[in-house]
Amino acid sequence: MKLRRVKAIAAKEVLQIWRDPRSLMIALLLPFTQMFLFGYGVNLDLKHIPTCTFDREGSQQSQDLFKRFQASNYFAITRNVDSYGALVAAIDRADCKIAVVVPPDFSERLNDVGTTSVQAILDATDDNTANIAIGYATAVVQGYSSDVQLAWLDRQGETLQQVQPLVVQSRVWFNEDLESRNFIIPGLVAVIMALVGAQLTSLTIAREWERGTMELLISTPVRKSEVMVGKLAPYLVLGWIDAAFCLAMAGLWFGVPFRGTLLTLFVTTTLFLAVVLSIGYLLSVLIPNQAGASQVALLVTMIPTVLLSGYVFPIDQMPWFIQQITYLIYSRYYVTIIKAVFLKGSGIPELALPILFLTIYATAVVVLALRAFRKRLD
Amino acid sequence: MLARIIPIVVKELIELWRDKWARFRLIVPTILQMLLFGYAATYEVYHVSTAVLDLDHSQESRELIARFTSSDRLHIVKIARSQADIDDAIDRSDAAVALVVHPGFAELLRKGREAPLQVIVDGTNSNTALIALGYVNTIATGFAQDYATDLMERTQGVKGMRQVQVTLEQRPWFNPDLNGRWFFVPGLIGTLTLVIIVNLTAFAIVREREVGTLEQIMVSPIRPAEFILGKTVPFFLVGLGEVALIVAVGVLWFQVPFAGNPLVLLFGTTLYLLSTLALGLLISTLCTTQQQAFSTNFFVLNPFFILSGFSFPISSMPDVLQWLTRINPLRYYLVVIRGTFLKGVGLDVLWPDLTALGVIAAVLMTMSILRFRKTLE
Repeated sequence: MKLRRVKAIAAKEVLQIWRDPRSLMIALLLPFTQMFLFGYGVNLDLKHIPTCTFDREGSQQSQDLFKRFQASNYFAITRNVDSYGALVAAIDRADCKIAVVVPPDFSERLNDVGTTSVQAILDATDDNTANIAIGYATAVVQGYSSDVQLAWLDRQGETLQQVQPLVVQSRVWFNEDLESRNFIIPGLVAVIMALVGAQLTSLTIAREWERGTMELLISTPVRKSEVMVGKLAPYLVLGWIDAAFCLAMAGLWFGVPFRGTLLTLFVTTTLFLAVVLSIGYLLSVLIPNQAGASQVALLVTMIPTVLLSGYVFPIDQMPWFIQQITYLIYSRYYVTIIKAVFLKGSGIPELALPILFLTIYATAVVVLALRAFRKRLD
Repeated sequence: MLARIIPIVVKELIELWRDKWARFRLIVPTILQMLLFGYAATYEVYHVSTAVLDLDHSQESRELIARFTSSDRLHIVKIARSQADIDDAIDRSDAAVALVVHPGFAELLRKGREAPLQVIVDGTNSNTALIALGYVNTIATGFAQDYATDLMERTQGVKGMRQVQVTLEQRPWFNPDLNGRWFFVPGLIGTLTLVIIVNLTAFAIVREREVGTLEQIMVSPIRPAEFILGKTVPFFLVGLGEVALIVAVGVLWFQVPFAGNPLVLLFGTTLYLLSTLALGLLISTLCTTQQQAFSTNFFVLNPFFILSGFSFPISSMPDVLQWLTRINPLRYYLVVIRGTFLKGVGLDVLWPDLTALGVIAAVLMTMSILRFRKTLE
């Protein structure tokens, strides 16, 4: 490999990028718009769940319970209904996600028997929202229950046992406030890099064919490896700029805590870019027209990265055979790495395994791309 | 007019069917994406990997841990020997939840004092962490309540000691097992048809322009309206076919229930397909090459997915984005789809969404036809 020839190819590619507004648009506009769109649009945190109450008793106690729901940040009581029909309609029309029903004998049972229950009817079409709402509602009712218990014991004038013999002391690590943004946004950087990187390089060889410059390139003494390095180098620089931009936005604009080191981030990001750019290059070698290559590049990067990398959907919850497939998705390793670098502050030693997989992947793709490229016209 | 349109429709359909690549693109990615989404896209939380450290080694601590072991929500992957083991397991993501019972746990319990159960959760995935914490709380509360009743009976010697307690009964309607597939699979009807129809329409017209056949059509006696109809009707039929395919796979393979009236879904689908066709037409007027059409589609369609409630709840978005979802036909179509599939509601409930879909379809159609005429002239 001669540096002079690599430089020449790289210089030519830079010119081509500069003259092709489409490439520049993908490289500069796409990360920006996608970071904003996903950064704000993708959020799993629930607050102010629209809540409907059906108080069949209308007592002091039932109102006390509802006040607790009102006071909680997670529920917003949007409607009080007075019939079961109205409740069904409210759920059907999605005016509320949860309806809390207090039975007519609520306080009577509480005073006479001691135990009573309230009903939570949930619109479970969105199972995740329903599941989280159940958790919050249970906590509200439990809080009410222990206060009622305490008050009752107090009235008995007894200094009895502690009502709650067990307390759960939970500590959340890495994402202390449980904000979905903190894990979605670092993963999003991986998705954007995968997308942009492969899109950019998927055009390189196809462009030579379409513009008829391939013949010229073939007639020069340049070697296959020199073509590849020369063509990919400018994109690596673009990739670095994009990555720096996305990562800065994640940390500074969206406020995701960054606990790792920039060195780890730089090494792993470069490795990931090597994989992504080489995949785009490989596709470009295999598919000699720009439209086809970029479509296939989108197909092979977008859906697997979004669904199978663990960026929002946890891999360990997938069926066994899908979990095996995720090992083939290169973004999986980078998503693991970037989340760990941001939130856990992991360094290279802790991340040795995903880094190793990413390295193997990079080597394999580079070798494949080198072999697939032929300096022939047929 | 009809006599001139039908031949175009038939020609387009035959062309589409003869084209092996087109046939492949219509069916294979659809099925693959359905399988991927059906199996991989889930926020459900089962078998959370859990590490346990019991430093008390008492009857009570073992009973408490046994409750966690027997739950299918948690999966004990590691019995740790020291606090360092626990920290390590969480650091390495071997376990997402760790339960620690400190020495003296049973003694505190027996005395009726507050005994702590320490829970460490890897909050990296906040959604999983939140749901897992909910499970841990439920199991621990169950243990505490049983233990309290038992203790009172033993120490007070009163059988059936009164216990004051309010419980919450859950009634998750429409999806009682909180099955994530029931949420995602019907939604695919909206997202997959959006991509397919917008792409097909935009590409077909841009191709005519690229190849130069659009000029030939302009000089033929065919009117612009006829040309548009001839181009869009076949894709409308293709769209209906896609919807039927996705519904069939969803109901037969993934066993998603269909509770509502198919005619309501068909009506909503018609309005939605009109919007997607208009969108494709509109994009085709903005692009001169298929390459441009492709990147424009990507830029335009991505916001449609994110801002629809397909995967991420609209109510959690900032106000500006929530407002933007109101001009997104996919948002309303998803309400219609999930309403007919899971809720089994009809026109009486869905009319506002269907009206919105109709308005959007009409506006988009008018815009695209006006623009398209202009480009033809």
